[in-house]
Amino acid sequence: MTDKTTSSNKSFLNDAGNRALIFQVVLLALVVFVGYYLFSNLQANLADQGISTGFGFLNQPAGFPVLIHLIEYTEADTYGRAFIVALINTVVISLMGIVLATVIGVVMGLARLSNNWLVARLATVYVETLRNIPLLLQMFFWYFAVLATLPHPKNSIIFADFFLNKRGIYSPNPIFQDGFGIVIAGFILSIIASIALIVWAKKRQTRTGLWFPAYWSSLGVIVVITFLALVVSGFPIEFDLPQKSRFNVTGGMVLPPEFVAVLVALSTYTGAFIAEIVRAGILSVNWGQTEAARSLGLKDSLTQRLIVLPQALRVIIPPLTSQFLNLAKNSSLGAAIAYPELVAVVMGTTLNQTGQAIENIGLCMLVYGTLSLTISMFMNWYNKKMSLMER
Amino acid sequence: MAIEFKPLPSLPPPVNSVGAVAWIRQNLLSSPLNIFLTLFSFYVLYLLIPPVVEWGILTATFDGASKAACTGGGACWAFIGVYFDQFMYGLYPSEETWRINLALILLVILIGTFAVKTVNKLYLSIGIIVVYPVIAYFLFAGGVFGLEVVETSLWGGLFLTTLLGVVGIVASFPLGVLLALGRRSNMPIAKSVCIVFIETIRAVPLITILFMASVMIPLFLPEGMNFNKLLRVLIGITLFSAAYMAEVIRGGLQAIPKGQYEAADAMGLTYWQSMVLVILPQALKLVIPGIVNTFIGLFKDTTLVYIVGMFDLLGRIQAATHDASWLGTTIEGYAFAGFIYWAACFGMSRYSMRIERKLETGHKRN
Repeated sequence: MTDKTTSSNKSFLNDAGNRALIFQVVLLALVVFVGYYLFSNLQANLADQGISTGFGFLNQPAGFPVLIHLIEYTEADTYGRAFIVALINTVVISLMGIVLATVIGVVMGLARLSNNWLVARLATVYVETLRNIPLLLQMFFWYFAVLATLPHPKNSIIFADFFLNKRGIYSPNPIFQDGFGIVIAGFILSIIASIALIVWAKKRQTRTGLWFPAYWSSLGVIVVITFLALVVSGFPIEFDLPQKSRFNVTGGMVLPPEFVAVLVALSTYTGAFIAEIVRAGILSVNWGQTEAARSLGLKDSLTQRLIVLPQALRVIIPPLTSQFLNLAKNSSLGAAIAYPELVAVVMGTTLNQTGQAIENIGLCMLVYGTLSLTISMFMNWYNKKMSLMER
Repeated sequence: MAIEFKPLPSLPPPVNSVGAVAWIRQNLLSSPLNIFLTLFSFYVLYLLIPPVVEWGILTATFDGASKAACTGGGACWAFIGVYFDQFMYGLYPSEETWRINLALILLVILIGTFAVKTVNKLYLSIGIIVVYPVIAYFLFAGGVFGLEVVETSLWGGLFLTTLLGVVGIVASFPLGVLLALGRRSNMPIAKSVCIVFIETIRAVPLITILFMASVMIPLFLPEGMNFNKLLRVLIGITLFSAAYMAEVIRGGLQAIPKGQYEAADAMGLTYWQSMVLVILPQALKLVIPGIVNTFIGLFKDTTLVYIVGMFDLLGRIQAATHDASWLGTTIEGYAFAGFIYWAACFGMSRYSMRIERKLETGHKRN
């Protein structure tokens, strides 16, 4: 009798499936218990310290200024609006950073492969220097050591209609008049036309084998149509030029030093990493591919564009995606030099004023999570599109 | 009488196909574009090097106790000299800094003994991983054997940077292994817990985690229980790097051929036996370069603790450059910090490349 029970017990525990089940139940119980324990502590603490909960604060007036705002914002606006302003700042700097970093990265990556010895060495020095110095230090360098040492507004460095001083970079601000809609419509139309042209050229080439310079001609189409639209509507654009008054510079468009510092630091730093990715990607394409293309009689430029780059891109895109994600996340370092992005506004000022740590930090994490997810979804789509060329 | 055929000695190769001239022609002047690029590069060098040399060396002041000593018009390296102790140890009392040095020397000796063949490496590893941290902790914090207590808020400078980096990477390693194994396991709940943890952490910036550690953790703890800030930040950094570590280790696990797993099963090994004896030793060997890279990233990321109010190397430099009696020494401070970070990270990345070459033993999947 006793023998039977022990043996059945043994076999129950010896079964891999049962053990996995037990382990997982224990794990789940542990996670739930820890979660519950932390949550109950949290509730007790919040009640003790009289901190209110919920997102109601988003509708209350914020009462603090946000230095850089692309949409209307005053101190009387709500925390919710301040959050939107900060979100826009984060998204703008991330997207601009991604574009600039990609350009820098591609140029530097190609420069490292250049058969000009000096260029290749200089690019190597660039990559190895920037990659190995913390981003925050580089941001501080641009902000405190470079931009803060620029002259006062009254001694601005002047370059054509551009003014450079401690308060930022002043440039002419385009003001669009009525009728600019025609230009925009013309521009959109020309883009649609050029896409149609490229599609048609590709189809014709697969059908007849005849080649048509689609990219150059579509560029021409865009320039010509946009210019025509400008002429037709009578150049409905004016520039608000920055003016130098006695102690200050007024008018024009201002790029504040915080913005410039974050953008420069982010794009040069990430550019160094992208350069390595581009270089590795191009090197990963077998040299035989280039030789084969040459023996087919392709020009060097076509060899690169049709044979090497498509294959290199497959290797480049996955790590490039993670660099883009890093850049978006690293834009949070702007908080350290008072660029009003998400962390500075929400986890800094809003958190200090409302004391609602959970909601604010949660909100930030949610936004960064969404941003990361969006970027990686887009890049996965692009990756899939590129890898369709595989057999 | 037959005439013997005597060939003339061969002519020397044309001057412009060997030696320095040929090298310059090939590498600098091979095409109009290359000529332009070479000239452009020289121009860039001309713009950069002379001013930097003049500022940093020729007109620089190396000695002195105050800003007034810097009269050369160039860099004021005296600033670094005056603040050197702060940059290295933070506000750690200067008569106690020998404790930090001692701990460092001890660590170097312990790691050095790995090279001695007769030492049992298992015991040595246990010594480094288990015993050494305890000794180091008491050396740093004091409070035993008559050592003066030093508050963690006084810890700073390069000492704090190194501490955060090393503790972060060492503590995150076992956690990373568990997470990586969990992510590859067949148990759906364990797998999803690991995936959710890893992906959540990887989706958010380190700053949010640090803020969470410094602001949010106290809210989650029962009344009256609280750790100090350094420990909270360390927990945050550890969790953060564990997620990245897990992905690196997962890469190694995936690179092990399936036959190894099957062979371990066929030997009748349990899951943990097969992992510890067969899979992990091979997988971890493969990912050493990846781990070093994670460490380099973490070492650079430790600068972020400045944002939550801790004064690591960068924080101390930032504080010193804002000292009213040393205004205008910002670039010197950043150059010094930049050099230290650069030397450490560059050295480590070269080291990881060397290991990568050394470990290339055909285990890669292809």
